[in-house]
Amino acid sequence: MIEAITDSGERREMTINMGPQHPSTHGVLRLELVLDGEVVKHVKPHIGYLHRCFEKYAEQMDDYAKVIPYTDRMDYVSAMNQEHGYVLAVERMLELEVPERVEYIRVIMAELQRIASHLLGIGAFGLDLGAFTPFLYLFIEREKILDIFEKASGARLLYNYMAVAGLMRDVHPEFKDEVADFVKTFRPKIKELDDLLSYNKIFVRRTANIGVLPVKVALNYAASGPVLRGSGFKWDLRKNDPYSIYDRFDFDIPVGSGEMGSLGDCWDRYIVRVKEMEQSLRIIEQALDGMPDEGDVMAAIPKRIRPKEGELYVRTESPRGELGYYIVSDKSASPFRVKARAPSFVHLSMLPAISKGALIADIVAIVGSIDIVLGEVDR
Amino acid sequence: MKTPEEIIEILQNRFTDEEWILESGQSGLPWIRVPANKIKEVSKILRDDAEFRFDTLMCLSGLHYSAEQELGVAYHLHSTSLKHSLALKVRVPEEKPEIPSVESIWKTADWHEREAWDMVGVQFTDHPDLRRILCPDDWEGYPLRKDYVPQEFYHGVPTGEKTVSEQND
Repeated sequence: MIEAITDSGERREMTINMGPQHPSTHGVLRLELVLDGEVVKHVKPHIGYLHRCFEKYAEQMDDYAKVIPYTDRMDYVSAMNQEHGYVLAVERMLELEVPERVEYIRVIMAELQRIASHLLGIGAFGLDLGAFTPFLYLFIEREKILDIFEKASGARLLYNYMAVAGLMRDVHPEFKDEVADFVKTFRPKIKELDDLLSYNKIFVRRTANIGVLPVKVALNYAASGPVLRGSGFKWDLRKNDPYSIYDRFDFDIPVGSGEMGSLGDCWDRYIVRVKEMEQSLRIIEQALDGMPDEGDVMAAIPKRIRPKEGELYVRTESPRGELGYYIVSDKSASPFRVKARAPSFVHLSMLPAISKGALIADIVAIVGSIDIVLGEVDR
Repeated sequence: MKTPEEIIEILQNRFTDEEWILESGQSGLPWIRVPANKIKEVSKILRDDAEFRFDTLMCLSGLHYSAEQELGVAYHLHSTSLKHSLALKVRVPEEKPEIPSVESIWKTADWHEREAWDMVGVQFTDHPDLRRILCPDDWEGYPLRKDYVPQEFYHGVPTGEKTVSEQND
């Protein structure tokens, strides 16, 4: 909708739509922008274009295990992490022991997936701001991870690989070597990325001091993951609320420092993701060392899942932030309620708060820097 | 760090006219049942008091208890400074599902409450912008209610619901 504009008063403002089909909205997202020239007065996100009501499907499944493939389709670029959170919640509900080998393979998969997801997030962020080349280089690396996943699970995007207290199948015999090989070849590429994009003058000018998120606002909005850490708050559920076997690994939590501009700007959120990839590599190395070579990954999978009456909320650190599952059981074979708390949903709701007074081009940077996946926002 | 048992004891001393109960199932984690008219007051205390400091609302979920004809809302809180977590639950009758909004206390409740309104039809009073969020504005019914029947047509376009049920038959 375009209105006639004049020089003065209310009529100076113009309302336009960005999206739902727009390359920089990362999917089908519509932003209603109220503009005064180039300056954004107000943003109103409209979501729901990808809504499939995953939660209703989950209630209609006659088995808790049948929900797993649906969780894949929420944040489809980090499907392993989505599954990990869900199976963990069901395991806690049933108070199940998970075999060692399974835990290690899961952590390796989850961290590989985190790198793959960040590679996509960073690449697309650069692409939004006009840096096409890094995107292609990063996709070469992402491809290697997807190849490993494909060999293990048979799929490249939506894996359906993790099962309650187990895995769908064991990894292939060369798995360890391939992952170790990836870690070795990928580490120098992070440096390459820094040279190519992170400290690129144009890129810094486009992202520093843009979309500043103060830590107080971030907490009030329950921001999490790289978005919260970008604002300088040291918070990572792998350390602060350890799940699986993350308490066994030694790694740091990178936070933003306002190095290029103000604390909590787009560049800070970006660099946190870059540094996190290095930490994921460290976790993977330690997990490869500790991973037992023997052990049946399917032996502990329960034939029948019937949790006792009750409910719980379990959260994990997905690449985008706190992914929570609220599961209510009424003793029957199908869950009474499954609610997924998606980090992208929460982060997108902050957009109006952090983009007031920005330019239209900055909106593109801000949306890119919070790294949303619309499949997860709309569920 | 406080356990839910300790928190309920403090609440009991604060609000003596109410009986506070810690409810729980046979598995999972317990939660505190809060009367709908008290939720805003309790939330504010939980956020601001030095012994609670629940600075983040992790999750807010709408529920439909069809057997009791009630709607529910579950609040999951966490304190990043004191490292404790707490679950609250409010239940209201289906015919008058009104719960005061906590949007002014935790901003994240804005969209979560809109989602609960959209999906199960809980009316949050004092919410600044209570519109549907995932479904279109003129969608009929609340999808996550247990007795929900999807509409067959939306603006004259088949929603595919009928075809699905026919396939299943």
